[in-house]
Amino acid sequence: MGYFLRAGHPANGLIADSSRPGAPCSIAATGLGLSAFIVGAERGYLPRREAAARTLAALRFFRDSPQGEEPDATGYRGFYYHFLDLATGRRIWDCELSMIDTAILIAGILAGACYFSAPDDDEREIREISRFLYERVDWAWAARDLGLVSMGWKPKAGFISYTWEGYSEALLLCLLGLGSPTHPLPAETYRAWTATYQWENLYDIEFLFAAPLFIHQLSHLWIDFRGIQDELMRDMRCDYFENSRRATRVQQQYALRNPKGFKGYGENGWGVTAGPGPGFVSQREKGGIERQFYGYVARGVPFGPDDGTLAPWAVAASLPFAPEIVLPALEHFQNTYPQVVEDGLLTSFNPTFNTGDTGSETQRGWLSPEHYGLDQGPVAIMIENFSSGLLWNLMRECPALVRGLSGAGFRKRGGRPIG
Amino acid sequence: MNAALLPNDAHDADLLAHAHPPDWVNPPPARSYNLVVLGGGTAGLVTAVGAAALGAKVALVEKNLMGGDCLNFGCVPSKALLRSARFYADVSFSGRLTGGDPIPSEADFAAAMERMRRLRAQLSRRDSAERLRQLGIDVFLGAAAFVDSRHVEVAGAMLAFKKAVIATGSRAAQPAIEGIEEAGYLTNETAFNLTARPSRLLVIGGGPLGCELAQAFGRLGSQVIIAHQTPYFLPDEERDAAEILAYSLRRDGIDVRLNTEVKSVTRSDDGKLARLVNYDQDETIAVDEILAGVGRAPNVEGLNLEAAGVEYDLKKGVRVNDFLQTTRRNIYAAGDVALAQKYTHMADATARLVIQNALFLGRKRLSSLIVPWCTYTDPEIAHVGAYVEDARERGFRMKTFTVPMSEADRAVLDGDEEGFVKIHVREGTDTILGATIVARHAGEMINEISLAMVAGIGLKTVSQVIHSYPTQAEAIRKAGDAYSRTRLTPFLAKVSRRWLAWSRG
Repeated sequence: MGYFLRAGHPANGLIADSSRPGAPCSIAATGLGLSAFIVGAERGYLPRREAAARTLAALRFFRDSPQGEEPDATGYRGFYYHFLDLATGRRIWDCELSMIDTAILIAGILAGACYFSAPDDDEREIREISRFLYERVDWAWAARDLGLVSMGWKPKAGFISYTWEGYSEALLLCLLGLGSPTHPLPAETYRAWTATYQWENLYDIEFLFAAPLFIHQLSHLWIDFRGIQDELMRDMRCDYFENSRRATRVQQQYALRNPKGFKGYGENGWGVTAGPGPGFVSQREKGGIERQFYGYVARGVPFGPDDGTLAPWAVAASLPFAPEIVLPALEHFQNTYPQVVEDGLLTSFNPTFNTGDTGSETQRGWLSPEHYGLDQGPVAIMIENFSSGLLWNLMRECPALVRGLSGAGFRKRGGRPIG
Repeated sequence: MNAALLPNDAHDADLLAHAHPPDWVNPPPARSYNLVVLGGGTAGLVTAVGAAALGAKVALVEKNLMGGDCLNFGCVPSKALLRSARFYADVSFSGRLTGGDPIPSEADFAAAMERMRRLRAQLSRRDSAERLRQLGIDVFLGAAAFVDSRHVEVAGAMLAFKKAVIATGSRAAQPAIEGIEEAGYLTNETAFNLTARPSRLLVIGGGPLGCELAQAFGRLGSQVIIAHQTPYFLPDEERDAAEILAYSLRRDGIDVRLNTEVKSVTRSDDGKLARLVNYDQDETIAVDEILAGVGRAPNVEGLNLEAAGVEYDLKKGVRVNDFLQTTRRNIYAAGDVALAQKYTHMADATARLVIQNALFLGRKRLSSLIVPWCTYTDPEIAHVGAYVEDARERGFRMKTFTVPMSEADRAVLDGDEEGFVKIHVREGTDTILGATIVARHAGEMINEISLAMVAGIGLKTVSQVIHSYPTQAEAIRKAGDAYSRTRLTPFLAKVSRRWLAWSRG
């Protein structure tokens, strides 16, 4: 929570991607922050009025900032660029108009609309702008062949050739796009997106496969998938919540096996996901082992890439799914590697990487020097969901998601419609 | 001949003596043949030898080299080179096998190429014109052209036939890249002529050929850049496999450029300049050689197929039905010239099918074949049967039993724990629909799955087959074991516990 209070720009409400000085705004971090403010308001970290003010500042900014084909616009067709200058809100780094990051931002915005339900002017304006911003997103424009959604667009180069297909965090994107009353994704999107789903039996655990842990969490920040099923989950007698529980256990099983012999892996040492790492270097250990390390990559199990980097924040974000293995793991991290918990924030670390330090065994290794909004948001939101179901309960009434889930073929167990 | 053999050393001369003897004299044609085979590659050879063994009077026509693409420019030379390259990679990463420091080494490119030529010449004996002659086959060297649907002309001789088989194979497709013809480039038909290592090599195309040779040349000391137009290598394969391959190539020091198109090539004092465009990134690189692996083109030109009434397409090849008959029913086609799956083993399989259908009133169907394939990178990537999308299209669910290679003791002991076995079954059954294996010896391992599929053996039975310990193929049995454990339902587990409790007394 403290991350979002510190990383938010006071005037425009944008939230920095990371704690690195000079870091730009990440629109995904902003979306997560908007939901974190709700948690903060409920838990007394900040007054509701301040949470509303911060939210409103961001919403007004997105409403009023330039949308167009000029290269330094904030967005285009209702989508937003991945990274924005924190002060001006303009596009930086020649980055792409990001469909998934826009979806995360929109989810945060819609959560605000559900939470700020009071009749006063600020909260009414939050609801109005939220609706405007959601309805402005031209999801249909981003749909490419077979209705699959492009991963990005740039003013001169157009759509990048990668599309979202197969199980990933883009479940949220599909549902929000299908639920749009103004520019919905075509009906075939969901079928095309799920066509490459792989239902796997790995370590005697059956689940819808995706390698990085965060994939099994992101859409769940706002959607309580317990007891609702799409066609696949009906056929497999499962649901996405149970699936994430299984995926969490797969992570633990992988760490128990520890096929590459990384330090710190075990029953309570797990959590491999996309995120930062020591860097793209190799090191040689005694015994002839040559290890390749990576920077920011989509780590995953069991086929990698895995360089021994663990993400305790991702473990925490699995709390609702498997508390019986998450809580001991968090306790283990705190007791054995206290350096990964700084000021209440969890950060990634790699005890295998040799930094040349000569401290105790558990104090050595690489420690992420930064905190990321993409890490801290899921922690705050999922702890709250575990505790009270706050975001899940709010979003259960969100019309966009109800329409999106219905459009994707979700039904309650027994066949009753959603909503 | 189309493709020249270089450097034309003793090994090449040996190969030529088998594959296209300079002093060969075509035999006088028989009055009529049961079968005339056009093409002396795998499909043609298997057809001719098989038919002759069954008593047919057979003529085989080859205008270039007996053994075709596989022996001369494909599987045989590439696998010889890959083996040398794999050795040097093992030396480079020797620490994982010896436990000690890496052993310094520098690849001897010229020696590896000479070894390849020696082995290729050695294997060419099996496919030689002389051997076929000894088997009673009339071998005609020269270009063949249909006169009508009953006659072929070759080197002035007229061959009359009851049935004919077009097995002329395929060749490397020309890349549609501005300036590349003028600048010059290698294909699989010329790459094996090299005697000196290109310092800087650009490989265009991330299909099987491009990936295999990029890795081989990289391991033999070239600085290799591989440019592939789509987001993943091996577009037909599962994404996990393609991602492991990309990481493996990077680990070998290859500069991997996915989603990248080669727009143009020009010559300069610094070698060949290639312009690479990746979405909004535009870069020009200098290399010494360019290797194009952008697909295959069927050899349909010059055969006068029109005279025989055989329809064809310049890209898709000769049109055949499910029985491998062309549009002229007494003329068949086999192998690359007619198939989308251009593999040597597919040429072999379709040749066997043609023998039965053409000579013995058979009704064997192309669509009934279960066809594995393998890309011989390190690790190898092998597949057979259906992919998950196929099952979806056919309206049923697929479940995949996944075993990382690190679960197989032998793979760990060999330092080969990268990869996996994935076996797809129809949900609710143990019927094997397909499999993908990524492992150092995936090409060997996939055969067990192919056998199970052909024989109708389910995954449960696979788990009951005793596999030697320790072998990497144990990973397959472990997938079977995983299946068997799913059959232990909570009810059965409860019954089992009660039975054992009762048995204890």
